[in-house]
Amino acid sequence: MSVLVFTDSLNKEITKSSFEAVVYGAKVASDIGTSCIAVSYGDVTESSLSALGKYGALKVLHDTSIASGDIQNLHLLVKQACEKESSKVVVFGLDFTGKSVAPMAAAALKAGYISGAIDYPSSYQPITVKKNVFSGKAFANVQINTPVGVVAVLPNSVKITTTDASASIELFKATLPGSKIKTLETKLKGGEGVTLTEAEIVVSAGRGMKGPENWGDVEELAILLGAATACSRPVADIGWRPHHEHVGQTGVAIRPNLYIAIGISGAIQHLAGVNGSKIIVVINKDPEAPFFKAADYGIVGDAFDVLPKLVEAVRKLKAA
Amino acid sequence: MFVPFLTRLLPNFATSKIRHMKYLVCISKAPDTTTKITFTDNNTKFAESGVQFIVNPYDEWYALVRAIELKEKNGGTVTTITVGGAENDPIIRKALAIGADNAVRIDAPATDAYFVASQISKYATENGFDVVLTGKETIDYNGSQMGGMIATLAEYPFVSLATKLEFEGSKAIIEKDVQGGVEIVEVNTPFVLSAAKGMAEQRIPNMRGIMQARTKPLTVVAATDCDNLTEVVDYELPAAKGDVKLVDPNNPEELIELLRNEAKAI
Ligand SMILES: Cc1cc2nc3c(=O)[nH]c(=O)nc-3n(C[C@H](O)[C@H](O)[C@H](O)COP(=O)(O)OP(=O)(O)OC[C@H]3O[C@@H](n4cnc5c(N)ncnc54)[C@H](O)[C@@H]3O)c2cc1C
Ligand SMILES: Nc1ncnc2c1ncn2[C@@H]1O[C@H](COP(=O)(O)O)[C@@H](O)[C@H]1O
Repeated sequence: MSVLVFTDSLNKEITKSSFEAVVYGAKVASDIGTSCIAVSYGDVTESSLSALGKYGALKVLHDTSIASGDIQNLHLLVKQACEKESSKVVVFGLDFTGKSVAPMAAAALKAGYISGAIDYPSSYQPITVKKNVFSGKAFANVQINTPVGVVAVLPNSVKITTTDASASIELFKATLPGSKIKTLETKLKGGEGVTLTEAEIVVSAGRGMKGPENWGDVEELAILLGAATACSRPVADIGWRPHHEHVGQTGVAIRPNLYIAIGISGAIQHLAGVNGSKIIVVINKDPEAPFFKAADYGIVGDAFDVLPKLVEAVRKLKAA
Repeated sequence: MFVPFLTRLLPNFATSKIRHMKYLVCISKAPDTTTKITFTDNNTKFAESGVQFIVNPYDEWYALVRAIELKEKNGGTVTTITVGGAENDPIIRKALAIGADNAVRIDAPATDAYFVASQISKYATENGFDVVLTGKETIDYNGSQMGGMIATLAEYPFVSLATKLEFEGSKAIIEKDVQGGVEIVEVNTPFVLSAAKGMAEQRIPNMRGIMQARTKPLTVVAATDCDNLTEVVDYELPAAKGDVKLVDPNNPEELIELLRNEAKAI
């Protein structure tokens, strides 16, 4: 028996959502009295692979024959690893890769699948997990009725803890069919900036900013805080900001530690994508803006006055 | 000399360039985005009464509209498929009004993703569809699971989170979101894709579309046997937020102080 965790890499390093998945898998493994095994693929540094031990993996099965980023057959890699290790639970991080591979692996294994888990299982007979539903407006406790279960964990749902253990690396070669999807071009955004869905802090702004030329302080604040930037939907729709920054019910759903919303009214569709944030700060000149009802801290004021002062205050803090 | 050359070339050109694709678009209903979510029966059921249902935005704005655009450009047919009871018919008619040619409803409650995916994959393979499109996720269950499951069960390749779709003959060129950026891929039909923002723009059905939708075929098919692999035990609402703590706009240092020492967030 075991718990299997799928891990992905970017630029040869294991990703943050994979670390979270391993922490999750290790807890599940200890709950059911077994060990946590990671499976990975592609060009990944050896140090990054053995570091999976710090997060709780005993060993990592690594398939070097699959190119990094070639995700089309990874469900078969996972299935074969799951069968080899007689895994009871298979864990994914629900990032872009997980959204593609986890449901395919579940179907290939004919295993019940819970996507968007926000907490550890509340029971193991049957496996029952709390997940986000209605775009963060509610939660559902879902149970798995099959012997093997697949769980995909929403980013920022588990607290990362580490030890100084290291994982052993075992080469593993899955038997895979030929490629049907050919990659013509990959455009990675590069190392600069923090990935929105994985960010601990997000600085977000809306139509209250009046125009794209006014985003300087928003970006400055984000850089100072090591945060990602986001925006409301109309701002992405009119082209003030790129589409991938659009958060909400029809954009990206995020659950950072801290969400700072500037000049955003707090429409229900916007809240749906951000109300999983632990702390919400709202800056809006209208004291009646609905966002204040969902906020922990607020400033009623003009963003064009408040923001420069806030940037200055953070700069001072970081310099101290 | 020139003319025979052209006539020799043209038939080939015609068959390789103009392929009449059969598109199958998976459509599900979702509560209107402004719905206040509540539950009944000891928190085991979503309280549907009084809720306005819409076509799940990703299915409508992106998957359906792009399929219709491609059909208008290259020829072909657009069929929608929905697993669920007759309460889905109004949103299916909406999809027909937007421009789908016909619709199929598989008459069984959609309570488990694997069950729904197996119904759709069976229908897609038995009826020879070239492209199966789903939305990236439903805004109620937020599963992001259907596309991958349908593809795996049908043994078709799966292109997730597609933001652009074009055809060159039977070869699709797709732009998609991947971890850390975007990717352009090439895949031959048949395949499954899940549609994300960017594929198309929302289309408001016109009066003619609405009239035509009434008479377009909506075929109801019985479901085939399949297990449910998961079930919802119950639902919960998030704990209510306490009152907001307001900070003087002239003193943002106080906010920093609170975030640092009280909330421990920076
Ligand atoms: C089906 C559907 C899906 C949707 N999905 C989403 C979604 O996913 N995400 C999303 O964000 N929206 C979504 N929306 C749109 C949503 O309903 C709102 O229209 C949108 O969130 C409003 O954006 P906003 O707050 O930036 O702009 P506005 O509503 O225009 O609000 C601007 C705010 O800025 C404040 N302000 C103005 N000037 C200043 C200033 N100088 N200083 C400080 N504050 C100022 C104003 O008081 C106001 O509160 C959706 C809508 C529909 C119908
Ligand atoms: N009951 C259903 N009938 C038809 N298609 C569905 C159904 N449920 C979900 N889908 C499709 O699958 C996509 C992803 O749904 P989900 O995996 O539930 O997030 C949706 O955007 C729809 O295109």
